[in-house]
Amino acid sequence: MNAWKFLLPLAWASAWNRRATLGLTLIAIVLASCLLLAVERLRHDARESFAQSVSGTDLIVGARGSPLQLVLYAVFRLGEASNNIGWDSYRQIAAHPAVAWTIPLSLGDSHRGYPVLGTNNDYFTHFRYGLKTPLTFAQGRAFSDGREGVFEAVLGAEVAQQLGYRLGQSIVLSHGSGPLPGLEHADKPFSVVGILTPTGTPVDRTVHVGLAAIEAIHLDWQGGMPLPGVDIPPGMVGKFDLTPREITAFLIGLHQRTAVFGVQRKIAGFKDEPLQAVLPGVALDQLWQSLAFGERLLRGLSWLILLLGLSGLLAVMLAGLGERRRELAILRALGAGLSHIVVLLLLESLILGVIGALGGLILLTGASLAAGPWLAQTWGIVLHSLAPSPAEWMLVSAIVATCLLAGLLPAWRASRLALADGLTPRI
Amino acid sequence: MDTPALLVRDLQFRWPGSDSFCLNLPNLAVDRKKSLFLHGPSGSGKSTLLNLIGGVLAPQTGHVDLLGQPFSGWTAGRRDAFRAEHIGFIFQQFNLIPYLSVLDNVLLPCRFSTRRAERAGDPAASARSLLARLDIAPELHNRAAYALSVGQQQRVAAARALIGRPEVLIADEPTSALDAARQTAFVDLLLSEAHANDAAVVFVSHDLRLATHFDTCLALVA
Repeated sequence: MNAWKFLLPLAWASAWNRRATLGLTLIAIVLASCLLLAVERLRHDARESFAQSVSGTDLIVGARGSPLQLVLYAVFRLGEASNNIGWDSYRQIAAHPAVAWTIPLSLGDSHRGYPVLGTNNDYFTHFRYGLKTPLTFAQGRAFSDGREGVFEAVLGAEVAQQLGYRLGQSIVLSHGSGPLPGLEHADKPFSVVGILTPTGTPVDRTVHVGLAAIEAIHLDWQGGMPLPGVDIPPGMVGKFDLTPREITAFLIGLHQRTAVFGVQRKIAGFKDEPLQAVLPGVALDQLWQSLAFGERLLRGLSWLILLLGLSGLLAVMLAGLGERRRELAILRALGAGLSHIVVLLLLESLILGVIGALGGLILLTGASLAAGPWLAQTWGIVLHSLAPSPAEWMLVSAIVATCLLAGLLPAWRASRLALADGLTPRI
Repeated sequence: MDTPALLVRDLQFRWPGSDSFCLNLPNLAVDRKKSLFLHGPSGSGKSTLLNLIGGVLAPQTGHVDLLGQPFSGWTAGRRDAFRAEHIGFIFQQFNLIPYLSVLDNVLLPCRFSTRRAERAGDPAASARSLLARLDIAPELHNRAAYALSVGQQQRVAAARALIGRPEVLIADEPTSALDAARQTAFVDLLLSEAHANDAAVVFVSHDLRLATHFDTCLALVA
């Protein structure tokens, strides 16, 4: 049965002979495979990066309500809190013996569309993202806690880059999430003292100021409006007590991760006001699930593109059969059976499938190498590995199998032609 | 050597959907080392007969025996294997797989049949010596087949049909693409090589001038 062994080199030689036409469809298959694999890889890595928007934090605490909403505003600065947390409640929970550190978060203001976060220096000490990476400064320093640093601001990388801000820049915060006329804290400008390095997380889009600053700019405000006739100039704010009365949420790091459910229960049963504590990993995962339809859509689209490439392959192979009738008749005369002809044709689609899928993988690896840093900075998607994952190998096999399946039609057609032609094909 | 290489009895063949037989051949025998010249007008069933002898078609009635075997009664797969082992084919033209080298073309039968590879001894050496006898210069052996002239291609096809010494040689108008002078030379070469290999030859042509080279002659009528 050495005829079977010979069929692969024969299929290869025949395909190579028609490389000009097959090459074009092969490019379509390579691109489609690359796209399919890229969607899979981005999907996986985007999910990882998303899940690691916060890391090292054990609990996120906010007013009782939807856990998803809490994650949306506390982590992504999206939407608004339905209720705030009293400062005393925060102090009480922070003093719990299981709690190692806390980061208070106070939201509600913005600067030119970017959210403003009131916090303290614990944020720069304890906040972690990705693989427990701490925040670092590209330029400058953290704002100073206390009275001298009230009007200092630290910018996320994207804010600085998009708005072209440098250290020392004077900025004005707006009340609420958008710049409405008359709702600006124009009387109390801030000075940029630090710019963070890119993280690929919502931190990049945030303007950070001290909790005292949030109090200070709202001293002469009430109910979301400036108090008519009251105007406290920046120089005078030091005369007031700038301890916040409320914050929006806070992050908790524990001494022992094992204590997390105990602390969570304790917060849920907190007497003074209704609070909730969520595990960020679980909540982020839930949030991702709710976004999964887009992911499925992308995947479906890339399969469609692959099918498009395969229909091109089918058209080329079927059209090519006309020219190959003589070749097939010669092989028949030399003793090739119909099964040899079928296998010969299937081998061709197998060769194209394997080259197409592996070519797509190589293209993707090259593209990842080239675009990796850009993806991480611009989109916050950290490509975790250049080597294909088991899931990607599964996808490669699925692509090859689909090509083989598509090859059944030309193979069947060739065997019909060979049967009808016998040894004397009409040329 | 009592059994003829090729024996046809009461052979009738009708294409599906047609009501008359396109081929009706009560008796035909070709002994080993003998040659048969087969001629007839278009539509007389020459191609059909070759397909039946080659085992690509099966007759509705009658039978074809090859080397004493009830060939036409076998399954298609078994006929394919038998064809690979025992029959050498030469077509009218375009005999060669264009993208394979001359040498690879000649070696093709040895790929499909272990027996022919064994009978060729060292297949590559055997192919080279066959090509040399058929006047194909060694520098052409590794050329792609399409680079050769029509006459050269037909001689390469003859070498391929002869390799591994098959018992039956079937040639379907192999000289029609050659000019008159070369036709005779080719037929002589083919017959002497076939004779040297103890092969029976079935040669189809519409050119009756060639008939004198053969042992027997059969006319098919439309």
